[in-house]
Amino acid sequence: MKLRLRYSKLGKVRFVSHRDGARLWERALRRVSLPVAYTEGFTPRPKLSFGMALPTGAESVAEFIDIDLVAGVPIDIEDPSVIDDLSDALPIGMDVQVIAERDPSRGSLQTEVTSTTWELAGPGIEQELLAPAAQRILAADELLVERERKGQRRIDDVRPLIRNLGPDSSGTRFVAELNTVGRALRPSELALAAFPGIDSVDIRVLRTHQWTEHDGERREVLSLPGVVTAVDEGLSA
Amino acid sequence: MSSLWPQIEPLLPRVQKPARYIGCEDGMASPQHGGGRVAWLLAYPDTYEVGLPNQGLQILYEILNERTDAVAERTYAPWPDLEVELRRAGLPLFSVDTHRSANDFDILAFNLSAELVYTNVLNMMDLAGTPVRAAERGDDDQFVIIGGHAAFNPEPLAHFIDAAVLGEGEEVVGEITEIVHTWIAEGRNDRHSLLRHLSLVPGVYVPSMYDVTYAEWVDGGQLLAVEPIYTDIPPTVDKRTVADLGDWPYPKSPLAPLTEVVHDRLSVEVFRGCTRGCRFCQAGMITRPVRERPAEQVRTMIADGLKRTGYGEVSLTSLSTADFSEIEPVVRGVLADQEAVAPRGPDGTSIGCGTTINLPSLRVDAFTVGLAGEVNSGRRSGLTFAPEAGTWRLRTVINKLITEEDLYGAVESAFEQGWTRMKLYFLIGLPTETDADTLAIAELAKNCVKIGKKYTSRASVTVSLGGFVPKAHTPFQWFGQNTEAEFQRKIDLLREATRRAHGVNLKWHDAAASTAEGVASRGDRRVGRVIERVWRAGGTFQEWGEHFDLALWADAFDAEGMSLEWYAHRHRDEDEVLPWAHLAAGLHNDFLWDDWQAALAESGLEDCRWTPCYDCGVCTGYGIEHVVASPMAPAGGSQGTGQDLTRGAEVPVHLTINAHDRAVPVVGSAR
Repeated sequence: MKLRLRYSKLGKVRFVSHRDGARLWERALRRVSLPVAYTEGFTPRPKLSFGMALPTGAESVAEFIDIDLVAGVPIDIEDPSVIDDLSDALPIGMDVQVIAERDPSRGSLQTEVTSTTWELAGPGIEQELLAPAAQRILAADELLVERERKGQRRIDDVRPLIRNLGPDSSGTRFVAELNTVGRALRPSELALAAFPGIDSVDIRVLRTHQWTEHDGERREVLSLPGVVTAVDEGLSA
Repeated sequence: MSSLWPQIEPLLPRVQKPARYIGCEDGMASPQHGGGRVAWLLAYPDTYEVGLPNQGLQILYEILNERTDAVAERTYAPWPDLEVELRRAGLPLFSVDTHRSANDFDILAFNLSAELVYTNVLNMMDLAGTPVRAAERGDDDQFVIIGGHAAFNPEPLAHFIDAAVLGEGEEVVGEITEIVHTWIAEGRNDRHSLLRHLSLVPGVYVPSMYDVTYAEWVDGGQLLAVEPIYTDIPPTVDKRTVADLGDWPYPKSPLAPLTEVVHDRLSVEVFRGCTRGCRFCQAGMITRPVRERPAEQVRTMIADGLKRTGYGEVSLTSLSTADFSEIEPVVRGVLADQEAVAPRGPDGTSIGCGTTINLPSLRVDAFTVGLAGEVNSGRRSGLTFAPEAGTWRLRTVINKLITEEDLYGAVESAFEQGWTRMKLYFLIGLPTETDADTLAIAELAKNCVKIGKKYTSRASVTVSLGGFVPKAHTPFQWFGQNTEAEFQRKIDLLREATRRAHGVNLKWHDAAASTAEGVASRGDRRVGRVIERVWRAGGTFQEWGEHFDLALWADAFDAEGMSLEWYAHRHRDEDEVLPWAHLAAGLHNDFLWDDWQAALAESGLEDCRWTPCYDCGVCTGYGIEHVVASPMAPAGGSQGTGQDLTRGAEVPVHLTINAHDRAVPVVGSAR
């Protein structure tokens, strides 16, 4: 049985790195005694796979993890105690929201997710600047950003990585949907490009959605039941 | 009295590893302040990664939070990047539990495992907003207390602390709490009277209640006396020791951090104390007698701890874990317990990678290797032994009685069972050491590689060299430490001797750092002035290679007109008043001196658990006893120690068969 879970990362735990987050999952899964499958070999590892890394310091209501269980030991994922026990075993601020059986014919989170949606807020991201900044960038053919990767500074055109931009429904936060193909654009890099002069370290970042596309249909990896988000209402095509 | 989190949170994206500062661990208490509770801030003067696993701090954290008259939170040294941000923002040191200002706490209690952290202690006091000099603190300022192994010579910190606790803290923290609680209830008046009151608590040393006199500054101005200023203050402060570890099954809720720390696994303490009698080892001398935890309690603590934390690895901690009487049944029991609770596959077999049992501080013998093999079914990469010295002669001097046959037998057994890498720990700069002793380290390593090559072409041996720093309350407390240059010369000798030795890797600790450690270890109150200068010159995190700077220490000695050489490298005489002479770990001074003379005469001393008592002073002086489950030497013990155990049928004078365990025959033959 292969599971896909959606979970949140909110509050103090946002300062836990992606790598440390993986360790927290391993401990939580041992605490709830789920029959997680392990790799073969000298150092067996639980078969877990994570999606797009969340930058340390960013929050999220749309994190995903794939967990392979041992074949032949079905668990009842409709049983609410599975979600509750896991949330209890995870730190405060990490809560499992959705648990589903994963279609093994579909790709991994890393290959399936085509874009992610973010909300940015903080000093310098002022209400009256949101719409003009979005319009300026969306109207441009290219957006050159100097950034550093593996110690190398280079200038990239990040415009193709930006799928949509605009204010959220409250008009106070900047919502961005970014493509995940290629050399991804970090929310902090976008913030600096959209609002020149800000200190991007001060910007609060929240990932709200991760999207997949199949046969031209764009949908969330796993939707939260009964929640209509700002992005669904306003931004997406 | 509220959380500083809203002010601290914006700083964290600006620093490395921000998860160090968020708390939120599994096992964290829910500290309830107010109601007249005495608020303790338990501080570890090093990074979160180093300090979080500290068992002493976790134990006291739980014991205090279980009390109705106390509350305890934790803090660790902020890395320099956060320190800069805190100072710039005008924010104080804070607790990681509820992010309260350190100033909201009545007691700032430091756990000192080592000496190079002393400058961090001052820095954290300063960040807490507490005057660093105790004499400048008033009734509204908090109390600064230190504990831990380094507190057995607290004199270098005497001017900065209000009190030092000698020995084990489980009981005494409650006694201190009660006194401070009353003092607060009575209106926080007259700090001096409180300190005087505290100094009457056994195990609590209040430096300001003692006057120190020195000779004129000739030949360094030797210490003449340390005497109490009131007649009711004890002239000697004795350490505290809990009689039975079985009464203290802590930590019950081990802390599992959200970020990786140095010992990232469950730890369960199986016994305290060690009577192997290694003469260089301060821990073995100051933690006597041996008190084993009941085997059943060890099993329960491991099962509960693994369940609570989700760790897949447990470390059985002590100073020599293979000496635990029931190590084999406990290890087998733990493996069986974990097998029983593991999730099952469709065929009913357990799934997962099992539980790894970590046995640190192993003896050097084949029995131990067999034990390590039993608990380590997965990959066998590295195994560590500590022969400490290169020749049998020098090992008799330090009383680490391992024969070459023991070492080669252990190494052979390890390679045979699939390990490919050995790590061997040695000390350099030991008393009576000659270059022949030093060079013998290279020979031992080469021979170990040769043995390994019989089993695997990948066989390698890493030799790790530490510069020996004499410590208080040990037989080597009179020995003048090697100079930095001498350490370096010996390191270079070994580099040359192993240069072409395929499979031998050499590593060594910074010789300069050993010099500073030596000064702080055996210093008197005057060394405090040096420590304060090093701190004021920016010398924090001195135990971190990239931050250590011996020049800061040398400059501070010069500025004070004091001699580093006098403190670090001078041999002491029998009649010299040592700075810690008024502080007792229970060992008779005569015993220590005789053992020092025995060392110089290359004469070993047997382990008193299995041979008659030689009266070091601890059991007889404190009316406490060894608590062990078996009066017999452990299997392999004779091979492991090279000791003459022909007298093994005699039961030591002071020996309590652990009441928690099943009956064990009191009289038996070791043969």
